[in-house]
Amino acid sequence: MSLAITSAISLNPSKRVLPGFALSLGISLLFISLILLLPITGLIVQTAGMSWNEYWSVISDPRVVASYRVTLWAAAWASAFNGVVGLLLAWVLVRYEFPGKRIVDALMDLPFALPTAVAGITLSALFAENGWYGAILAEAGIKVAFTPLGIIVAMSFTSLPFVVRTVQPVLEDLAVEDEEAAISMGGSDLTVFRRVIFPSLWPALLTGVALSFTRSLGEFGAVIFIAGNMPYISEITSLMIFVRLQEFDYAAASAIASVVLMASLVLLFLINIWQAFYLRRIHGR
Amino acid sequence: MKTFKRAKSLVAAIVLGLGVAHTHAADQSLLNSSYDISRELFASYNEHFAAVWKEKTGNQVDVRQSHGGSSRQAQAIIEGLRADVVTFNQVTDIDILHQRGKLVPEDWREQLPNSSSPYYSTMAYLVRAGNPKNIQNWDDLAREDVSSVFPNPKTSGNGRYTYLAAYGFAQQAFPEDQEAIDGFVRTFLNRVAVFDTGGRGATTTFVERGIGDVLITFESEVNNIIAEFPDHNFEVVVPKVSFLAEFPVAVVERHAQRNGNLELARAYLEELYSEEAQRLLAGFNYRVHNEVVQQEFADQFPAVELLTIEQIAGSWDNAMEVHFANGGKLDQLQRR
Repeated sequence: MSLAITSAISLNPSKRVLPGFALSLGISLLFISLILLLPITGLIVQTAGMSWNEYWSVISDPRVVASYRVTLWAAAWASAFNGVVGLLLAWVLVRYEFPGKRIVDALMDLPFALPTAVAGITLSALFAENGWYGAILAEAGIKVAFTPLGIIVAMSFTSLPFVVRTVQPVLEDLAVEDEEAAISMGGSDLTVFRRVIFPSLWPALLTGVALSFTRSLGEFGAVIFIAGNMPYISEITSLMIFVRLQEFDYAAASAIASVVLMASLVLLFLINIWQAFYLRRIHGR
Repeated sequence: MKTFKRAKSLVAAIVLGLGVAHTHAADQSLLNSSYDISRELFASYNEHFAAVWKEKTGNQVDVRQSHGGSSRQAQAIIEGLRADVVTFNQVTDIDILHQRGKLVPEDWREQLPNSSSPYYSTMAYLVRAGNPKNIQNWDDLAREDVSSVFPNPKTSGNGRYTYLAAYGFAQQAFPEDQEAIDGFVRTFLNRVAVFDTGGRGATTTFVERGIGDVLITFESEVNNIIAEFPDHNFEVVVPKVSFLAEFPVAVVERHAQRNGNLELARAYLEELYSEEAQRLLAGFNYRVHNEVVQQEFADQFPAVELLTIEQIAGSWDNAMEVHFANGGKLDQLQRR
């Protein structure tokens, strides 16, 4: 089908769906430059004042390195958790009808709508040992608020919609006929899921998980109120950046920020490359 | 069409209304950039000052307030916020206004009495009802069975003061013995349960989340908490020795001049030293220099030996470099 579209366009290149192609492209590029590229340039300019040695000593400071470890570890767990729970939620929202479904669907975006600081304060209130969840968990000997576990909770809360919202449309488009065919050929539920549904879903799922992961790397507001912020144990990289800003050391703050930015960019690029590769294989081109 | 007309007249009414409101508004306006928790204090002081200024000059003055973490406020002013005066809780945040952009004169500390600090406070403890862990002084905070809460010295002036107070105590307890001093402060830092980024966050952690045996923060804040949460039966403990926490003020001369407010700005800060204003400040649990007011509030402020930054670290510049800079003493003591 995509082949048909491409050939249609190449047959009549001047005809486009949206009018004013030059104008809209111009506006898009201007927007990208002003909103995305300019701040990144600013970041590079800030760090450009440092020598390589200075840059290296800032980003390899043991306490900062410990914060990378904490951040990566927590973001990995949070996005893995979101991969499972997000898939489940998307599945329920697409495949089942139940009263209040619209409301649940709308609530899904709440973590995006809520200011992250509010999320952080609410989560720490719930998960503190005198909070509703915290009290129950404390009986089982599990501490969440003010431990690294709290970081995972905050990160997965703020980035859950990424998984749900990327998986949901793919799930909606899934042809029911394929499943029916598989069932009529005697496939068990598990086989149908594993061989028919999952292969179509997982590129979207992986994108969602990756977005959730990159978002978690940069999360500050929600995490800071629940992390406890103990040096070497529960300090996240965003806090290290915040500390440098408090010291009026913009260059060092930018240096650490550049590490986070590069990590996110590399990850996003890898996902894009992988997706292009995967899609090519699916479409056999 | 009809609704359009109605909308138009509504807009006209609003515009007119604004215009009328504007003619009633002040003859002069002043922007005071202040720290986080001074909202109520300056709301009350501004009323007092407006009355004084009206009587003196006949002008109606409208003092606008901007509140935030005081380092963040300083950053905003450096980046262009045209505040006329700053009323901060850290000397270093005014120093930076001189170092980056010469917005205040170098000798701003000499412009007003008491090193330009019209009021001061110290670091005190808030403990749970009945003081179950019997916490009285800094050495109790290094005990193994005590866990404490105070904001991160890396991100909060409040936290830096607490660190300096503990350090000053250790200097007295172990004179000339650097190893023992470091050992004490290291243990003290290890007993912290949660490092919040700011003072109010630490208060929430201790009061609402029930974490820790003791909260260390400004004496003024500790007293406010007692008043705000009467059913928790918290108790105040003022240690025998603590840190002199100054609340410095300065005219941002470069901005005040451009705003045509130099005289007004100076009067605004000078008035803080008047007896009436000092009484008002003491009412907000800050310690003041005025002797008459000191007598009146003597019961409220227990005697405490106050160590200055000069005694502990020589100067603020030195303290920042030796203790708080990246890789400094604080970083070393927190390293594991």
